[in-house]
Amino acid sequence: MSGAEFVPLSLPPILIGTLAAIACALPGNFLVLRRQALIGDAISHVALPGIVVAFLLTGVVSTWPMMIGAAGAALVAVAMIEGIRRLGGIEPGAAMGVVFTTLFAGGVLLLEQSDTSNVHLDVQHALYGNLESLIWLDAFGWESLLDPVALDGLPPELIRMAVVCLGVCAFLWLFWRPLKISTFDEGFARTIGMRTGPLGLALVVVAAIAAVAAFDAVGSIIVIAMFICPPASARLMTDSLERQIAWSVLFATVSAVLGYVLAGYGPLWLGAEDAVSAAGMIATVSGVILALTALFGPRRGRAGQPQGA
Amino acid sequence: MFDLGYNASLVALGAALLGIACGITGTFLFLRKRALVSDAISHATLPGVALAFIVMVALGGEGRNLFGLMAGSAVTAWAGLLAVTWLTTRTRLAEDAAIGAVLSVFFGAGIVLLTVIQTMSAGKQAGLEGFLLGSTAGMLRADAIIIAAGGAVVLALVALLHRPMTLAAFDPDYAVATGMNLRRIDLATMGLVMAVVVIGLKIVGLILIVAMLIIPPVTARFWTERSHRVALIAGALGGLAGGLGAVISASAPALPTGPIIVLTSFAFFAASLILAPGRGMIAAAAQHLDYRRRVHLRQGLLALAQAHPVREALTLRILRREGLIRADGVATEAGRARAARALVDERRWQLLRADPSTGDLADRYDGLTPIETVLTPDQIATLDRRLGPVPVSGGVT
Repeated sequence: MSGAEFVPLSLPPILIGTLAAIACALPGNFLVLRRQALIGDAISHVALPGIVVAFLLTGVVSTWPMMIGAAGAALVAVAMIEGIRRLGGIEPGAAMGVVFTTLFAGGVLLLEQSDTSNVHLDVQHALYGNLESLIWLDAFGWESLLDPVALDGLPPELIRMAVVCLGVCAFLWLFWRPLKISTFDEGFARTIGMRTGPLGLALVVVAAIAAVAAFDAVGSIIVIAMFICPPASARLMTDSLERQIAWSVLFATVSAVLGYVLAGYGPLWLGAEDAVSAAGMIATVSGVILALTALFGPRRGRAGQPQGA
Repeated sequence: MFDLGYNASLVALGAALLGIACGITGTFLFLRKRALVSDAISHATLPGVALAFIVMVALGGEGRNLFGLMAGSAVTAWAGLLAVTWLTTRTRLAEDAAIGAVLSVFFGAGIVLLTVIQTMSAGKQAGLEGFLLGSTAGMLRADAIIIAAGGAVVLALVALLHRPMTLAAFDPDYAVATGMNLRRIDLATMGLVMAVVVIGLKIVGLILIVAMLIIPPVTARFWTERSHRVALIAGALGGLAGGLGAVISASAPALPTGPIIVLTSFAFFAASLILAPGRGMIAAAAQHLDYRRRVHLRQGLLALAQAHPVREALTLRILRREGLIRADGVATEAGRARAARALVDERRWQLLRADPSTGDLADRYDGLTPIETVLTPDQIATLDRRLGPVPVSGGVT
């Protein structure tokens, strides 16, 4: 395929999808190890009411208010889960179930009640995003990558996603040792004076930021899939956290690129005319990778359990 | 406003029956701490709905037959459940990761299939998005009858199976000892969860159906400590939320059924969280205040008895309010009597706790429990003999 078609139409969505996948998979590694995988699920459900409230307050569909709204909703949800868990003495899974369904229901109701018919804001968009529409109209081919005028017209989602992805990397790099120790042995981390509470909260906040940024670009379904599937597959490949993170980044990248290509070109190869949902396909590919690692991964069994049992 | 049509009445009835079945079934999930498995099951229905549509169209049908769509959703929901079970038992992944992976991947695959349908026969697929959030508007009479009948059937099954499920949820070891097949009971529970999810798809939608399984049992837990009552109350709350939500939703436009049912359910939850006796927030706060008052009272009395000065403001206020000290801080007659009794009680406890042979009894010391509630009168008499003469004039009541 020619650069003239690929660079403006496919390169930006692939890059955005990949960056979003990596930004979610990185904190996802720790969430999976800490058995908090479903926090990602909860965060991406509650982003909807946050976005709707932001829209109702500002009256416009613009990025920053919505991201702040979604992040605010994520914090409200975490506070509600914690509150219900403590005040009611309810196990965390059930508390989470109560909170995210209620907030999501509230978001849907607000959306139906408010007059949003003339703006592009609906539940479907929130669920599966619109990766295919993030095109770079100023590009004419590979040479545009060096052209400052054309680079000015890059989709803003790409820049934002790159910044968030870098931020997530920086967080992991800065807090690597405490994160690692507190994830595997919280008791020990506390005895050597680490503040595991704030650290755990910081991890959730970083995950929420990644989720909200990715959510805006690619929809919540990829967010949940990327929080969990690449880290879970990577966990079945190795016992070392460093290598697990490297695997998860690789799996996230493969899912995003392969998923986008299959969604965009797969139907054409099969003789159909229209592309299918890229977000859904990326999630599906990550699931196929997980299934393969669960069947053949070298470290798929529990410790002490004979391999291949 | 409440002049429901025949279809809407059937839907409300179906939603109420479904709510009861969900509340009871959800109780067993909740008590086994597996509430969120239902989230994976419900999201896994989406590819089934889409596949069933494609198959029915390929066979020359119209593709929107509710029964066919429900059958398709049941197939992939079951596959999703098996995938969660397989990932948790055969790999090192924890259940939460398995749930999250299954729900996102199945849902993603479902969305791919939905976009396939969009290109396949434009316009005809309009009904399928309704399964995401539920939609009862423009429902066919046959659909309403299927939902009402399905709700009744599931409810009957729950009534049939509730005894073994309760036992498995509370005392799995005992259940096994009495010859029950735990795996089969778990499978039956999951089968029921799947059935309510499939029936609820059209009304509540697959994203919110988990709320009907989770919120009522959590709410019911505030009101009782007994398993049977948790299930019954959860059923009642679920039925009420389902019926009421469906009626409210039918009463005005732009009130989607699923979200209204969930929010009604949450209203019950919030009310219980605040108001429930024993476990509610108000009751807990009252207990805390009462405990604090008793601690301050006791410490104040002990200080009075030993003629120590009391400086703590709250203690002084409590003593004054009870009429135990005068405004200037001097103990009243009643105050001196109570103080003396508190001191005797404290001395008896000290003696009891110093004696290693009384182990368990001594552990019940918390500085508040009167020793008379722990020991018999002759045990106290024995203690008093060892205590020697009581220094203050005790016996005054």
